[in-house]
Amino acid sequence: MVDVRSGIGEAVPPAEVEDVELYHPHSWWTRYVFSQDAKIIAIQYSTTAIAIGMVALVLSWLIRLQLGFPGTFELIDAERYYQFITMHGMIMVIYLLTALFLGGFGNYLIPLMVGARDMVFPYANMLSYWIYLLAVLVLAASFFAPGGPTGAGWTLYPPQAILSNTPGGRDWGIILMLSSLIIFIIGFTMGGLNYVVTVLQGRARGMTLMRMPLTVWGIITATVMALLAFPALFVACVMMLFDRLLGTSFFMPAIAEMGEQLEYGGGSPILFQHLFWFFGHPEVYIVALPAFGIVSDLISTHARKNIFGYRMMVWAIVIIGALSFVVWAHHMYVSGMNPYFGFFFATTTLIIAVPTAIKVYNWVLTLWRGDIHLTLPMLFALAFIVTFVNGGLTGLFLGNVVVDVPLSDTMFVVAHFHMVMGVAPILVIFGAIYHWYPKVTGRMLNEALGQLHFWVTFLGAYAIFFPMHYLGLVGVPRRYHELGDASFVTDSVHSLNAFISVAALIVGAAQIVFLFNLVWSLRHGREAGGNPWRATTLEWQTPETPPPHGNWGKELPVVYRWAYDYSVPGAPEDFIPQNQPAPGRMSHEAAS
Amino acid sequence: MAVVVILVLLAAGSVLFHLLSPWWWTPIASNWNYIDNTLIITFWITGFVFVAVVLFMAYCVLRFRHRPGNQAAYEPENKRLEGWLAMSTTVGVIAMLAPGLFVWNQFVTVPAEATEVEVVGQQWLWSFRLPGADGKLGTSETRDVAPENSLGLNRNDAATLDDLIIEGGELHLPIGKPVKVLLRSVDVLHDFYVPEFRAKMDMVPGMVTYFWFTPTRTGTFEILCAELCGVGHPQMRGTVVVDTEADYQTWLAQQQTFSQLTASAGGSSTAATADASSAQ
Repeated sequence: MVDVRSGIGEAVPPAEVEDVELYHPHSWWTRYVFSQDAKIIAIQYSTTAIAIGMVALVLSWLIRLQLGFPGTFELIDAERYYQFITMHGMIMVIYLLTALFLGGFGNYLIPLMVGARDMVFPYANMLSYWIYLLAVLVLAASFFAPGGPTGAGWTLYPPQAILSNTPGGRDWGIILMLSSLIIFIIGFTMGGLNYVVTVLQGRARGMTLMRMPLTVWGIITATVMALLAFPALFVACVMMLFDRLLGTSFFMPAIAEMGEQLEYGGGSPILFQHLFWFFGHPEVYIVALPAFGIVSDLISTHARKNIFGYRMMVWAIVIIGALSFVVWAHHMYVSGMNPYFGFFFATTTLIIAVPTAIKVYNWVLTLWRGDIHLTLPMLFALAFIVTFVNGGLTGLFLGNVVVDVPLSDTMFVVAHFHMVMGVAPILVIFGAIYHWYPKVTGRMLNEALGQLHFWVTFLGAYAIFFPMHYLGLVGVPRRYHELGDASFVTDSVHSLNAFISVAALIVGAAQIVFLFNLVWSLRHGREAGGNPWRATTLEWQTPETPPPHGNWGKELPVVYRWAYDYSVPGAPEDFIPQNQPAPGRMSHEAAS
Repeated sequence: MAVVVILVLLAAGSVLFHLLSPWWWTPIASNWNYIDNTLIITFWITGFVFVAVVLFMAYCVLRFRHRPGNQAAYEPENKRLEGWLAMSTTVGVIAMLAPGLFVWNQFVTVPAEATEVEVVGQQWLWSFRLPGADGKLGTSETRDVAPENSLGLNRNDAATLDDLIIEGGELHLPIGKPVKVLLRSVDVLHDFYVPEFRAKMDMVPGMVTYFWFTPTRTGTFEILCAELCGVGHPQMRGTVVVDTEADYQTWLAQQQTFSQLTASAGGSSTAATADASSAQ
């Protein structure tokens, strides 16, 4: 056994820079609206993300109503159906998950967890949020634009994305979508650079990189990946916007649409797919890695046990992040690219399963011989492991090139990615909100409502997406407004679709319970105190709860140990905060 | 305790669902039962891992749930255990990847004796072209698509003139003979997908993509489009019929060549344009 609580008892390095003076807000507006406090920005990011996420939730209801009961709802015609699936997908992946994990949790937790007063560039941080809000508004505007939003599918594959037989293709839909993505990326870059510099330069004395909580490791690795991956999407969006507005042909070959020759020629549709997935695959991990980090901390705290194999966990995050840049074409096995690419991308994709599996083992081994408190965050963490393992394993089907061939573009794919990057990370988000809400508001969320929300969401989501794999195995293609007749479309396929739709309506409704709980507990929740979970990490050690602007009062915290000193033998309590000096050295180091 | 019971039920229920549910793949009609076999291997390995992880979690919750006076163990790392788990995972991954790559090699290696058939996609119908007496498909170009030449075939290429053209009709294939399917689109992305053949491939305007298979069962199979191609995507259907050799020859003799078609079409606009506009 190796001692990874590295350097307990080592001298804490002296401060390298003076504590900085923060911007002091002068009015209600600069304090709560145009705020430069990362915590306020985090709440703004989260609220906006959840608001637009509710739109995506309603869209998912409409999608499921059509799939479960085709022909019953006149409102949902083919055009609208494609608009709904496109907007649902894009909102969930970019405007909800990415924004909430990085803009929401990143902003709130990074400064607090590394012991900083704020992000290092608070003004750029504020701009980041307002630009994100603009991106959301531009996206939402497309619902009201002539022709409605784009119906190109969230992957926006040209040529159809900008042609007339796709909703919004020759109207405003695709233009607003591409513009919104471009704006989002500009805003994200401002926030992302901030997170990276804050982690590298803004840590408290004694907070070495290998003492950081895994939450910070997950968020920061995802941020670095996003800074490298989003530019590919950015150029793809700019080029497609040029193709659409200026008549260039970056992605447009010669095309005869309904027998008529178009002006385009010479471009490559597959080039777009490479750019899109060079962004799109890392994007999966941009959503997954913060979830990995957060869930590690939830499990460790609520099982009262150090995370098992901390260093392995850190390296697994970093290796997964790096590998995820060389697997993108596994989304393109049947795209018509040179089939020999399949050997390379199948191999890299299955290699990534190894560090991912290690993370799963370490989570369950953290439970082993723990002292498991079945709190709401712990329940969500357990549910995350179940759904993530399920979704991760079906990834081995789709990553293994030849097995992907029959399953590609079927409901199996839809079930897989919803389980692995929809349900699993969202369960972590819920767990994280139940966990940190007391720090943000000073009050606990209601337990009974939380239990109801948890069980309906977890079991309901599993009931939606587990059987959906089998629809794909049967042969049901994705992105079909209605199935029509085919050999595999039996009555049992229709019944299963109806069952899934009913489950989806129920799970969606359970989220209203959650929202109610968020609002209700603000006033009526039980008082939480500063550290209700008896956790070790710095955000729970703030002098005040909720922490005020500047977080720490007069003195910045000094860090003496790693983030996982739970149930240390011989310690008086089952947790030792990171800023608690080693016994006997207390007076000496506090003075230094 | 409820948590433990539900976790166990969830693992058991998933396995039972897999074994007992009526939802399973359509009976295969091509040589790609290798793909099915690899899929089955993957089901077994992943199913085992899933059940093992969920049951282990259930056991941990049962055995180590909080009771007054409990204390968690303190064990930051265990190099041996971590190494052992990493190694066995690697073995499992290799057990899936190796057969997968082996079969993929077959998938990308088209047999020399395979006959070529062209499938052309456009919004939202399927057309087909078979080589004529010369056994060669002539060249084509999207730029040449015109009302009387909806597939954009090159009139100046002698190899094109005797090609057999089937616009919006059924494709017939002889049983037991490998086919190389050449895929072309004149407008947007499409994907030639027959669930019973297992294989599928995108069709990309501006390039010719391909895959190969050998039909192993006679019958009539539905062609679907598996790549979103606009609002008519679900309606883009076609039919492929696998015939015995004799039936196939009878059918083949009835098909018209490119030159016959252009001659008979004369001045009147062709069927393809009419089809395309009615599908709108």
